[in-house]
Amino acid sequence: MNMDTWNPIILTLVTFVPLAGALLLVVLPRRDREIRGFALFISLVDFFLSLHLPAHFHRNLAGFQYEIDKVWINHPNIHYHLGMDGISMWLVVLTTFLTPLCVLISWHSIHDRVKEFFILLLILETAMIAVFVALDLFAFYFFWEATLIPMALLIGMYGHGRKVYAAVKFFLYTMIASVFMLAAILWLYARVGSFDFVTIQNAVRSGQVAGFSSASLWLFLGFFVAFAVKVPLFPFHTWLPDAHVEAPTAGSVLLAGVLLKMGTYGLLRFNLGLFPEQARANAPWIMVLALIGIIYGALVAMVQPNMKKLIAYSSISHLGFVVLGIFSFTQAGLDGATYIMLAHGISTGGLFMLAGILYERRHTYEISEFGGIATPMPVYSTFFCFVMLASVGLPLLNGFVGEFLVLSGAFQDRPIYGILGATGVIWSACYLLWMYQRVFFGQITHKVNASLPDMNLREQLAVLPACIVALVMGVAPLLWLNAIDPAVHAALTPYANFAAQVATRMVGQ
Amino acid sequence: MIPQYPDYIRILPELVLSIFGMVIMLLDPLLDDRRSRSLSGALALIGSFAAFAATLIQAQSPGYAFANMVRVDSFSTFFHILIIAITAIVILSSYEYLNVQEIRGGEYYGLMLFGAVGMCLMTSAMELVLIFIALEISSISTYVLAGFRRRAAISAESSVKYFLLGSFATAFFLYGVALMFGATGSTTIDVIGNVLRSGNIPVLAYMGVAFMFVGLGFKVAAAPFHIWTPDVYEGAPSPVVAFMSTAPKAAVFAVLLRVMFEANAPGRIWLIWVTAALSMTLGNIGALVQNNVKRLLAYSSIAHAGYLLVAFAALPETAIPAAMFYTAAYAVTNIGAFAVVSHFGGTGERRVTMDDYSGLAERSPLLAATLTLFLLSLIGIPMTAGFFAKFYVFSAAIKANLVGLTIIGFINSAIAAYYYLRIIVVMYMRKPREESPVAPIPFGLGLALALSLFATLYLGILPGRVLDYASRSTADLLFQNRPATPTALSDAPTLQPVQGISDIR
Repeated sequence: MNMDTWNPIILTLVTFVPLAGALLLVVLPRRDREIRGFALFISLVDFFLSLHLPAHFHRNLAGFQYEIDKVWINHPNIHYHLGMDGISMWLVVLTTFLTPLCVLISWHSIHDRVKEFFILLLILETAMIAVFVALDLFAFYFFWEATLIPMALLIGMYGHGRKVYAAVKFFLYTMIASVFMLAAILWLYARVGSFDFVTIQNAVRSGQVAGFSSASLWLFLGFFVAFAVKVPLFPFHTWLPDAHVEAPTAGSVLLAGVLLKMGTYGLLRFNLGLFPEQARANAPWIMVLALIGIIYGALVAMVQPNMKKLIAYSSISHLGFVVLGIFSFTQAGLDGATYIMLAHGISTGGLFMLAGILYERRHTYEISEFGGIATPMPVYSTFFCFVMLASVGLPLLNGFVGEFLVLSGAFQDRPIYGILGATGVIWSACYLLWMYQRVFFGQITHKVNASLPDMNLREQLAVLPACIVALVMGVAPLLWLNAIDPAVHAALTPYANFAAQVATRMVGQ
Repeated sequence: MIPQYPDYIRILPELVLSIFGMVIMLLDPLLDDRRSRSLSGALALIGSFAAFAATLIQAQSPGYAFANMVRVDSFSTFFHILIIAITAIVILSSYEYLNVQEIRGGEYYGLMLFGAVGMCLMTSAMELVLIFIALEISSISTYVLAGFRRRAAISAESSVKYFLLGSFATAFFLYGVALMFGATGSTTIDVIGNVLRSGNIPVLAYMGVAFMFVGLGFKVAAAPFHIWTPDVYEGAPSPVVAFMSTAPKAAVFAVLLRVMFEANAPGRIWLIWVTAALSMTLGNIGALVQNNVKRLLAYSSIAHAGYLLVAFAALPETAIPAAMFYTAAYAVTNIGAFAVVSHFGGTGERRVTMDDYSGLAERSPLLAATLTLFLLSLIGIPMTAGFFAKFYVFSAAIKANLVGLTIIGFINSAIAAYYYLRIIVVMYMRKPREESPVAPIPFGLGLALALSLFATLYLGILPGRVLDYASRSTADLLFQNRPATPTALSDAPTLQPVQGISDIR
């Protein structure tokens, strides 16, 4: 059978297999073992299905592929329009890759209300994938909001400490911010008569939209606020540490690994794609915010006494790089930004899993509670070291490629941005290595730590794939970049034209 | 003119409901307590099914009846189906409630059907005086129903409060009708519409609209006429609240649509703008501090009336379908929510505070999940009816360039998320207060919940068909294509609206 015949339905399959699995779970009896096994099975099936995407992707083409476009609702004109380019393809694969690992890592740490947990996890997976592949603005908003509920419930029901506070804060922050995006989407629909991303983009670019030039700043900001809260960009970040610290491990992994990327993906796809001039005009202050995020996130991470909070703040710093790259409007910057999205998903996801493994044993994330862990847990400390170095950005591991590209892009745009951004790389080495030293080396300060069991096979199986991917991404980035590059090039076309126009205008004068 | 056969067809659902209502009332003295509940419940249910069938028959022969006092068109059919469906679901969910609270069934079900008669008639009446009569029929039934928890003082208080303020409000409506008659020389909506469209609008017409709006605004609990709502909702039996927060509201919104758009009421936009903004804001702010779930839902219903009114300020072509969809979406959601509240409340409605709901997810996962879904629909989360309802309303508003009102609406929906979420949070993330499992869900209530759940999800995933239907009835309402030429059934010259009883001038 020719696998290409799958192309029209593959996106629907990849998106909705987890949801179908969740519905099946609803009727399964409450036997925890079977439920875990079934959830793992579904998430693996979905992962292998999603491998079809890169395997049959036409890498030299820039447009959307695997498209499916069916009328969903006649009036208003809403389509079930899915499709992906090189950027969203890898984000989808990242999602399907991380979910089975999340199932594995939650095997024993979730022992209460197991069924509900995996139902929520699978629903969340569907919603996240759909956000990346939706090409109808309405469908996009629909799934964007749909990610909120399962995530908030995961935090609120399975988290620890001030979980309710964290869940509600997470929900309200994102929900309130995305209301502005909805307003902008509705405005566009009222003027264009369609929710279709490509149609709107063409209409905007050909200047057919009445009143667009006067409204575009507000529209840009409407989208921007929704995405900036999700990323989170500097002044909007306060929900993140709370959500991360209280969330269960799987929740943190998906939150850092995928949900934050929805924000940067949105900036790239919608803010850059629909409002080139506004993006240009607003880039300076956004880049300043990104730089503040990089440095502030790193500095705050350094003083955290709590491991998970430290990793959470490091996410703010890393995501600052992504925004910096996106708003540099250079090929290298955007390539690198996309690459960091993937790399950060793998390595921070890995760090959260490892922190969770330690939490299962000691029920604390306080760094001061540990010390000398390397002696009782040699395998664990090796894994931790590896993933941490990937996160720091050691050459030949995944973090390095993206940061290098972003910094070179930022440097092309304005050298000072590149220089300031580069300090972030140093900071990240400082806080991560320092934490590593305090947790793993030195004398064992607490007696309980001396007898901690090392990682078991299941835990190794959960972390090992992340390590392998981190290594391959660092050694052979072209495997990923050759699909990302054409998509980024297409995204940058209006900016190239813009630059050319500016150049001719200056020559004309 | 002597009424003909087609005339009766065009009020067939009302006739069917009245007959069943009277039969129930007559049978009731012959039955003991238990039978009174089961038999009259079954009769009422059959009655609403029969009325449903009658609506479908009636829909085949649209047109005027009784000297242009009644008009059957797709608009009236939409609301007939909605009101009858609400009645049926409430009857289903009442059965257990009446048993638990030990209330006799005969008068209860009878009044409910009579109420439905009035509401149905409101949606097809074209004559303001007839609308007034229908409004009274529906209101008087609901006044009495609100007092049905005879042993609870709070219920009696609720009934009296509702009655006093309600009759005051209907008086306003009647005064508005009188002023309108003075201004246009007619009490028929078509004629008023023609006069007001012709260009010169007398000042009296503005006043007439304003007074009528006060009366109708009271019935839909729009601010600033909303003061009665929390007390009445708190005291009245929960299934009755489910009924009176949806069915009469749907009917009154239908009347408002006719008055505002078909009669082309002057000064509409500012009147609506202020009321909508006030209702949304006061409703949501009031709900923020509530600890009683019934009161919270009362304030939420004020806020929802506000969202719905936003549509009334928009352009007719988009506003009417949006408002109709919102009415339906809100009705199915709210009925479901109150069905859960009434089941969980138990004897004497003891468990209605936020604390009582804590840990409900552990005690009854099904009930908690169902209520969560209804609350999400009230917030307006995708995949639920509430989302598309808000969506259509706000896109209609944006199309009409009502940016300010839309922003107020958006901010309000964000505020509203907080208090609905509070219930969800309490149910899922707190420890239960008492360990005992919740009473099992009986069949009737289960069916009512399943129906409203299905409708909430159906409207949230595939809203297309309902919206298309609503858009078609918009055309009916806007004089674009009046009901087709007289069918075989009708022999009266029904097409041209003649002056009717307004000829007396």
